[in-house]
Amino acid sequence: MKEAAKGQAPTFHPVSAPDYLPAEQLWQLQFSRLSAIVARAYERVGLFRQRMDERGLTPADVTSLADIAKLPFTVKTDLRDTYPFGLFASEMKDVVRLHASSGTTGKPIVVAYTQADVDVWASVMVRTFAACGLGRGDIIQNSYGYGLFTGGLGAHYGAEALGATVIPTSGGNTERQIMVMKDFGVTALCCTPSYFLHIVDRAAEMGIDLKELPIRAGIFGAEPWTEPMRERVEQASGVKAYDIYGLSEIIGPGVASECAEQSGLHIFEDHFYPEIIDPTSGEPLEDGQEGELVLTTLSKWAMPMIRYRTRDITYIIPERCGCGRTVRRIRRINRRSDDMFIIRGVNVFPSQIEEALLRVEGTLPHYQIILTREQGLDRMEIQVEVTAAVFSDRVRAMEDLQRNLSHSIEQILGIRSKVTLVEPHTLKRSEGKAKRLIDKRDL
Amino acid sequence: MKLNQLSVFLENKPGRLSEPCKVLAQAGINILTLSLADTQQFGILRLIVREWEQAKVELEKAGCVVNITEVVAIEVADQAGGLESVLEMIEAADINVEYIYAFTYRSGDKAIIVFRFENPDAAIETLQGKGVNVIGPVALYDRIGQ
Repeated sequence: MKEAAKGQAPTFHPVSAPDYLPAEQLWQLQFSRLSAIVARAYERVGLFRQRMDERGLTPADVTSLADIAKLPFTVKTDLRDTYPFGLFASEMKDVVRLHASSGTTGKPIVVAYTQADVDVWASVMVRTFAACGLGRGDIIQNSYGYGLFTGGLGAHYGAEALGATVIPTSGGNTERQIMVMKDFGVTALCCTPSYFLHIVDRAAEMGIDLKELPIRAGIFGAEPWTEPMRERVEQASGVKAYDIYGLSEIIGPGVASECAEQSGLHIFEDHFYPEIIDPTSGEPLEDGQEGELVLTTLSKWAMPMIRYRTRDITYIIPERCGCGRTVRRIRRINRRSDDMFIIRGVNVFPSQIEEALLRVEGTLPHYQIILTREQGLDRMEIQVEVTAAVFSDRVRAMEDLQRNLSHSIEQILGIRSKVTLVEPHTLKRSEGKAKRLIDKRDL
Repeated sequence: MKLNQLSVFLENKPGRLSEPCKVLAQAGINILTLSLADTQQFGILRLIVREWEQAKVELEKAGCVVNITEVVAIEVADQAGGLESVLEMIEAADINVEYIYAFTYRSGDKAIIVFRFENPDAAIETLQGKGVNVIGPVALYDRIGQ
């Protein structure tokens, strides 16, 4: 395979064939897979069976793709409520991999894969890398965290299956990452976009200009980021910055990816059937209308997810992409339908902050979370209004309060944050829902 | 025998110190003495005013967080060693001192030092027993002419 010039996509990769299926064939493939997965979930997943029974439905009622709208939703709390293995459709002896992601109350969400599932995962990651212009002959550095998190191993197996040379650096030790990038002739890097900016800054401090290095692509996911951020990244590094999308509940990375056009993310919908719904009513919306993304795993055997509500807000782009792929695109996701935010790759809910504050004082003060980004790293400041109940004349007592609050937050979230005590009535009140979060990060 | 001191929480940014002072000025309340404890993050402004109940109401109306702390005023000789001899007695009696600051006014030819003790009642009893002159609010305001 000829080596692609900087910024150009190589020729077609065979594993990407399903990306280009004619619509009729794609629908037939989706429908046959949907029938099979619904039957499997109905037989083997108690919660799904129960909800189908409540609606008086059986798998036979799914006679077309449109009938998917009859089926019950799955939500994140279902995974927590059935911790650890309650949603599995396979016996443990057929499960070859377990991964877990952080849950909001400390209990992780456990996901499972059969060998066939692992192979599908690798194949959608191959399609992801191919869409980003990579192939055999590329040297891919994988800085996503290896371990229970799906990012590291997901990208790894895909990059290997692609035929690339894979360097499993995982996260952290930025100087060594840069040394590897430079000395090993890395052509593509997988990491979070904010970590990449950190690498760019650190490299500049080390006197290394990324534009001089062979690296030509960045495969960025696990957190939201915007067009202005992409421009900054590309200008600073000479690297083409691609957005990828995934979530552990569905498979991990590899659910959707940008292509050379960098205009929306192609969902590998022969495996992950997308719907957009109105988040309040649950009613399906048309392509082009914005709403909550719902995904159904058409081929995941160990832990099928039927109509999983992702809480991500986007719309399906109706127009065909210039790259020729027929699998539909979603507009890049930069916000969620609930309050959750992501800091340093960790999901955080303001309710967790509240819990931490309550733990220390027993009363819930007015608070506000302020997110900033300094030198590529996310920082969180929590401003807490001092009330008469907690105000002490003794400096040490106030400092202890500050420290205890910070410590409590660190215990619950695992993230260090700065707690600032502020005067009462300085934090803006709002009508109805309190604006708990001020995100000053230039995503 | 104890004085009621006001403590006000201040964020460490410009204008926060003048705010409570402005409130008191507008209410016609004279600050007899004050002390500012500061950290990098915040400050605690401690005030002695005669009309402390009214002051608390006014400050809280203006949105300040206010505490009342009982402190003890002690007369010491206004000369080298005046404070030191009292401190020796306090330390010898194993009384825990949180902080101290001086009054701006003199009481005759004596200086007045404000003490916050961990246990003010016990401290007063012990110190009076050793002949230290603890001065209560009535006598204090009279002597400083306020």
